[in-house]
Amino acid sequence: MAIEDDVVVIGGGLAGMTTALSAAREGSRVRLLSHKESTLRFASGLIDVLGYVEGEIVSNPFETISALPDEHPYQKVGEDGVRAGLALFDSVADYAGDHTDRNALVPTFGGRIKPTARYPKHTAPGLASDERDTLLVGFETVVDFDAPVAAEHLRETVPFDVRGVTLSFPGEFRTDAKITRLAHALDKNERVEIGSSENVSQSEPVRIALAEKIKPHLGDAERIGFPAMLGEDHPEDVRATLERKLDVEVFEIPMGPPSLPGMRLEAQFESALKEAGVRITTGNPVVDFESGDNGEISAVVVERNGAAIPFHGEQFVLATGGLVGKGIDSDREGVREPIFDCRVPAPEDRYEWSEDGAFDNHAFARFGVQVDDELRPLDSAGEPEFENLRAVGGVLGNCDVSAEKSASGVSLSTGTVAGRKASDEVNP
Amino acid sequence: MSEKEAESRNPSELQDVFSGEPMDLRPGSDDCYKCSTCDTECPVAEVDDDFPGPKFQGPEQWRLKRKGDHDIDDSVMSCSNCMRCDNACPSEVPLSQMHNTARGKYVDEQMSKLSREYIRNRILSNYGRLAPLASKFPRLTNFVMGLSVTKFVNEKVMGITSQREFPDFATETFTDWWEKRGGKATSKERAQEARTKRGDAAENDDKRVAYFHGDYSNYNTPEVAKAMVRVFEQFGYEVAVPDQRCSGTPMFANGMMDDARRAAKFNIETFAALVEQGYDVICSCTSCSMALRQEYPELYSFDGTAKVAANTFEALEYLRVHEDLEGELADSSVPESEFGELAYHAPCHAKNQGLDGQAVELLSALDGTDPVDVGDSCSGISGTYGWKSEKYDTSMKIGDEMFEHMEDVESETGMTECPTCAMQMNHGTGYDIRHPLEVLDSALVN
Ligand SMILES: Cc1cc2nc3c(=O)[nH]c(=O)nc-3n(C[C@H](O)[C@H](O)[C@H](O)COP(=O)(O)OP(=O)(O)OC[C@H]3O[C@@H](n4cnc5c(N)ncnc54)[C@H](O)[C@@H]3O)c2cc1C
Ligand code: SF4
Ligand code: SF4
Repeated sequence: MAIEDDVVVIGGGLAGMTTALSAAREGSRVRLLSHKESTLRFASGLIDVLGYVEGEIVSNPFETISALPDEHPYQKVGEDGVRAGLALFDSVADYAGDHTDRNALVPTFGGRIKPTARYPKHTAPGLASDERDTLLVGFETVVDFDAPVAAEHLRETVPFDVRGVTLSFPGEFRTDAKITRLAHALDKNERVEIGSSENVSQSEPVRIALAEKIKPHLGDAERIGFPAMLGEDHPEDVRATLERKLDVEVFEIPMGPPSLPGMRLEAQFESALKEAGVRITTGNPVVDFESGDNGEISAVVVERNGAAIPFHGEQFVLATGGLVGKGIDSDREGVREPIFDCRVPAPEDRYEWSEDGAFDNHAFARFGVQVDDELRPLDSAGEPEFENLRAVGGVLGNCDVSAEKSASGVSLSTGTVAGRKASDEVNP
Repeated sequence: MSEKEAESRNPSELQDVFSGEPMDLRPGSDDCYKCSTCDTECPVAEVDDDFPGPKFQGPEQWRLKRKGDHDIDDSVMSCSNCMRCDNACPSEVPLSQMHNTARGKYVDEQMSKLSREYIRNRILSNYGRLAPLASKFPRLTNFVMGLSVTKFVNEKVMGITSQREFPDFATETFTDWWEKRGGKATSKERAQEARTKRGDAAENDDKRVAYFHGDYSNYNTPEVAKAMVRVFEQFGYEVAVPDQRCSGTPMFANGMMDDARRAAKFNIETFAALVEQGYDVICSCTSCSMALRQEYPELYSFDGTAKVAANTFEALEYLRVHEDLEGELADSSVPESEFGELAYHAPCHAKNQGLDGQAVELLSALDGTDPVDVGDSCSGISGTYGWKSEKYDTSMKIGDEMFEHMEDVESETGMTECPTCAMQMNHGTGYDIRHPLEVLDSALVN
C-alpha cells in the first residue's frame, strides 16, 4: 500500500536533516518531507551551540549547560545529547572547531565577534584569538560587506591591526551580479578583461587578476579576509591560488543570504543523506495527518493545489522550525503549531508577548512546543499528544536561540537524539 | 465585459480559485524580502550576464509598474519559464505567475505582430496545430524537415536553429492507435480482466482515469502514451482519452496568451466534466501536469479550474499513492540489455511539483535497471526556448552540466519525463532517452 517508511521527518532544515540522518544510520527506512529546500543555504554556516547566557558571553558551552533551566532543550537531551549532535555534525561536514570544547571567536561581516562552536575551515584563519595583522577586502558591488566599516568596528575589540579596503571586482560583471555568479567565476577561474594595450585587449584568469588588484593594498597584513564568496564548488583551490599569489593566509567572513558557506554545508548534508539512503521529497507542505486505531499518527498528508498525498510511517518527527520557519503560526487567536495542533503555551494577553526594548526578554522568542524527556510534544495535561510524534529544532519552546546563540546546537542535539529514539521504536 | 475579459482578466482582478479571494500580485511583490535566492537558482542568469534574473523580472518589475507607466523590460523574453525561481523562493512570491503575465503583456503591447520573432514564436508555440498535418504525411515530413535546405530556410528566415534535428513524426499517432484498439470499451475490458486476475471486483467505478497525453506523445512518442495505457490497465484502471488541446506550456513561455487561453478553456471544460464523473486526470509529461495543476489556476478562473487542478496527477505519482507500485517493482525485472544504467534527469517542472525524486526511488527497487540521478541542473532547452537561433548557445551552455554528468554514467541510455528535456539530452550526448512509463511497461505488463 501507498508510500510507506519507518520514520517520517517533516521539515528539511538543519534539525530535519540531522534527524533523518540519525534515524537512517540506526537502520531505519527514512522519508524526509520538506516544503522548501533546506534553510541551510540562508544560514551563515556557523554552528552555534551556546554563545550567551543572560547576556554574558559563554566561553565553554559544556560547562554552562547544567546551569540552564530544566525545561531548556539541552536539559532534555543532556550533555551527552549535545556531544552526540556535534559528533554527527563532524561526521558530515568538513569544519574546524572539533579540537576543543571552548567557543571560537569569529569576526562577522558587521565587524563584531561571535562565539561559535564549529566554523568552516575557510573561516578558520580569521579567528580573533589569532593576533596577526589583518586586511579586509570588500567589493563595490557586494554591498552587504563594507570592509572599512567592519575593520573600524573590529579594531575596537581586537588586539591586532585591522584595515579595510573596497575594490572593484576584476572583469566586466553586471553591477548587480549575484555573489554566486562571482563565486562561480572564481571556481572556474574564468578569464576576465584587464584593459588593453595598443588596442589589443588583454585578459587574465580572474583569481590572478584579483590578487594583482590586492597587492598594492597589502602592507604589513599577514592575512586577508574576504566576504564568503571564494567559490562554491572549489573553495580550496580559490583560496590556495590567492594565498600563493599574495603570500599570506586568506579567510572568509560569513555573510547573510544567499550564503556560500551555507550552500556548501547543504551540499555536504545532502550527500550524507543520500549515502544513508534517506528518501527525500520536497516542494510541497505537509498540511494534515491521518490517525490510526489507537489515536497514533498513521500518515501525514502533503498538499499541492488541492491534491492530497499521504505519506505513511510508524514514527514521525516534527522539524518545521519556529516562527520564522513557519513551524509555529501566530494570529489573533493565539499561537499554534499548524500541522498536528500541538499545544504552544503563550500568555493570553498579547501585550505580554514582547517587552518594550528590542533586546529585552521577549516571551515570543521562547514560544514553541513543550516536550517530555522522549522529546514528545505534550498537551495541556502534560501527556504526550501522540505516542509516535517527536519534535526537534526551532519548533521547540523554552529557549531563545537567537539571544543564546544556540540555534544550530539545539537542532543538532535534539535531531540526533530524536532520530535515534524514533528508529529504536521501529527496530528495537 | 466581453467573454475574453471575463475569462482572462488583468492579474489584479483575478480571483483565487481556491479561496475565492480577489487575487492580486502586488502583495506577492511585497512578500519579497530581496534575499536573492531566486537569482542564484536561475539557469539563464547563471550563463547569460545580460539577463537580470528573476528578482528583477518578478517583484522589482511589479513594483516599478505600480509606480507608473513603465514598459516591460524586453529581457522577459529571455526567461525560459523553467519555474525554478518559483520553487526557490522561501517567501511564496508567485514569480512564474508574474513572468507569465508580464510576458503576455509585453507580447501584446510591445512586440510587433509582423516581426520575425513574433511569427516564429507563434509557430513554435502552436506546434500542436501543425503536427496533425505533418503526421498525415510523416515520412514526407520527416524527410523534408531533415533536408539541409529546410534547415537553412528555418535558420535564416525563421530564426529556428539549424543545429537541432527535428523530432520524427510517428507513422501512427497515439490516438490513431487508441481508436484502432477499440478506445474506451477495450480499455474497460482489459481493466476488468486485470482486476479479476488481481482478485478484485470486476466492476469498480473508482478506478477510472482520464489521460492528458499532450501533443508530443501523440505525434512523436506514441510509445510513451501506449505504455501509460497498458500500465494503468494492468493495475485495473479504465482509461479514457478525451479530445484535448496543447496544455499551453509553449504558449505561456512565448507570451501567446490568447492562444493559451483558448487551449486551456477547452481542456478545463473537457476534463472538469470527467472529474465530475469521478475520473482522475493523469499526465505523462511533467510540463503538462504543471500547466493543469499550477498555471491554469494561476491564470484562469473558468468553472472547474480548481477541480481539475486538485485531481490531476503525474502517472508514477498516482500509481505509487494508490497501488503498491514499489512492492510490485521489487518482484519484477526488465532486460538489463535494454535498460541497465539509466542516466536520469529530473525536469525542472517535475522539481517544481515535488516529483523529482520519485523515478529514481521507485525504479531502484527493480531488477535489470539502475537509475542514476545526474544532478539537479536544468537541461536548458525549456520547450521551445532552445529551438530559437538566438537562444541556442545559452540553452547548450545551461545543458553542459547535465551532459557532463550523463557522460559519467557508464551506459548510453537516459531517462526523463519531459519530451523536450529528452530532446536536449539526446542532442547533447547522443544517448537514447526513455520514459519511466516505458520501464514500468516492460517490467509489469506481460
Ligand atoms: C538566515 C539564517 C541565518 C542563520 N544563522 C545561524 C548562525 O549563524 N548560527 C547558528 O547556529 N544557526 C543559524 N541559523 C539557524 C539554523 O540554520 C537553523 O535554521 C536552526 O537551527 C533551526 O533549524 P530547524 O531545522 O529547526 O528549522 P528551519 O531552519 O526553520 O527549517 C524548517 C524547515 O521546515 C520546512 N517546513 C515548515 N513547515 C513545513 C510544512 N508544513 N511541511 C513541510 N515542511 C515544512 C521548511 O520548508 C524548512 O525547510 C540561521 C538560520 C537562518 C535562516
Ligand atoms: S523561470 Fe527560470 S529562466 Fe525564468 S527567471 Fe525563473 S529561474 Fe530564470
Ligand atoms: S527568492 Fe523570493 S523573497 Fe528572495 S529575492 Fe527572490 S522573490 Fe524575493
